[in-house]
Amino acid sequence: MTAAIRERLVGAPLPQGLEPFAGVTAHAPHLATRESKYGRKLCKSLEDAIRASGLKNGMTISFHHAFREGDKTINHVVDTLAAMGFRDLTLAPSSLLSCNAPLIEHIRSGVIRRIYTSGMRGKLAEAISNGLMEEPINVHSHGGRVHLIDSGELTLDVAFLAVATADEFGNANAISGRSRCGSLGYAMVDAARARKVVLLTEELVPFPNTPASIRQDQVDLVVKVDQIGDPSKISVGAARITSNPRELLIARLAADVMEHAGWFEDGFSLQTGTGGSATATARFIEHRMVKKGIKAAFALGGITGSIVDLHKKGLIGRILDTQSFDAVAARSLAENPEHWEISTNTYANPTSKGACSDRVDMVILSALEIDLGFNVNVITGSDGVMRGASGGHSDVAAGANLPIVVGPLIRSRIPTVVERCTTVVTPGETIGVLVTDHGIAVNPNRPEVADRLKAAGLPVTTIEDLYARAIALTGKPQPIEFLDKVVGIIRYRDGSVIDVVRQVK
Amino acid sequence: MKIVREALAGTLESSDLMVRIAPRDGELAIVLQSEVVHQFGAQIEAVARDCLARLGITEALVVIEDKGALDCVVAARVQTAVSRAVDEWTADWSALS
Repeated sequence: MTAAIRERLVGAPLPQGLEPFAGVTAHAPHLATRESKYGRKLCKSLEDAIRASGLKNGMTISFHHAFREGDKTINHVVDTLAAMGFRDLTLAPSSLLSCNAPLIEHIRSGVIRRIYTSGMRGKLAEAISNGLMEEPINVHSHGGRVHLIDSGELTLDVAFLAVATADEFGNANAISGRSRCGSLGYAMVDAARARKVVLLTEELVPFPNTPASIRQDQVDLVVKVDQIGDPSKISVGAARITSNPRELLIARLAADVMEHAGWFEDGFSLQTGTGGSATATARFIEHRMVKKGIKAAFALGGITGSIVDLHKKGLIGRILDTQSFDAVAARSLAENPEHWEISTNTYANPTSKGACSDRVDMVILSALEIDLGFNVNVITGSDGVMRGASGGHSDVAAGANLPIVVGPLIRSRIPTVVERCTTVVTPGETIGVLVTDHGIAVNPNRPEVADRLKAAGLPVTTIEDLYARAIALTGKPQPIEFLDKVVGIIRYRDGSVIDVVRQVK
Repeated sequence: MKIVREALAGTLESSDLMVRIAPRDGELAIVLQSEVVHQFGAQIEAVARDCLARLGITEALVVIEDKGALDCVVAARVQTAVSRAVDEWTADWSALS
């Protein structure tokens, strides 16, 4: 048949560069058989998928961290790559957590040579802070990660993306099936940008799997695995609900600030990050909204059960969800039509064509340290060891109308308000208000906010005063000693370097 | 006062410390473990030594396991440990604070 059609071209010279028709399957060989047409992406094992992906030594592999401490994919894939003999890889997950401690061995043995991540915790973070890696790790924000990919610095060669359900074509989500982590906001970025996309799915479901958070036209390979993650561990660690009275006090004060700072009008928007006080603030805002008879247009971000609760009560119109922080949020994404899944590009990339972080009125942010210039550290402890994540902190601080940092004045003997941050992740000029259990400080660059809070009778003081109170309680800490070696490079969301972390002595 | 027996005071809760004290001849030895040793180790030891000096303790082995306690807590736990390790308490409480 092809030959018969080719005859039509006899005597018709083709323009340079065009090729003659060579058959329906010439460029779509999978159409040759029914089996290959439907099943060409399906791999029998992870090893098969890795071989088919074309991964080579020195390339970059990526992952999402939506399962947080329950992740079973990153360690499993890197174990497998190590057993297959891969070396010198760049690891580029959206973030790493305490559960990733087994990676230490793979760094030692040379399987992993470089790391890009939003953060690290636990033994892995400790080891890297103590000089485990030859090359410093790059710490980026959630939006900044997308920027690094789009700018060409970070090329994702193979993305290994864990999903709860997928069909054999690669339509996938994490709101159905057994292991539901909810939003795949991080994975959507990698699915759209990686050279090869490998889905690790816990369940294979019939085509078409909907909704398709990750779409068939983005996916190269699909492999079924026993377990991708444990959703019950998503809300372990940073994303927890507090019953600590001090954190609740801070949360109530933060809600007072939200009420009186000038943006508490019908149609306002909010984000409450992770950390005890931040997630609890959502609970305290409820009756203030009811009393004033107003509703929020949307809530953004990492979404918790307390935000879902306000949405169900009609107090928040829409939820824009790039990461579901607990099982309630994950279920809501499946059930509530106005709970929308967004990629981290849509969430907070400063160079995307539109970041939701630029449309937020008020955001509650955590801090390990905040200094007299309102600069915030969310990555290193006061002992200089990395133990946190950049996350969306600097992203939403830059975009929101009023970024509010909440935290206790001291944590055991460690002051939160310090003279100079150990590490700067978020520049102080973007922070509006600091709320502690000892009072509120407003950035001097926001005098109108200070006036409104004072007029409402809130305990407003200066950050210098809060610092003096902290030091009166704890004594002045001796400076941490560092070696010269740089173990971490803190990238601002636009890719620039805002600070470096040195090896602890 | 003289330390005549082993004694304990405190807990290992966050913001507290555990003080163990035991008889030792000829020296005052302090072993300090602290979560905040880099920032506050010297300060914690200074508070403990000052506290022991005021109580007239010159011979003892003192093992401190600190979980980020403030100075007032450090002093209180050291005093209590000493009070449990001596036969007769002769110090004036009101002169200690």
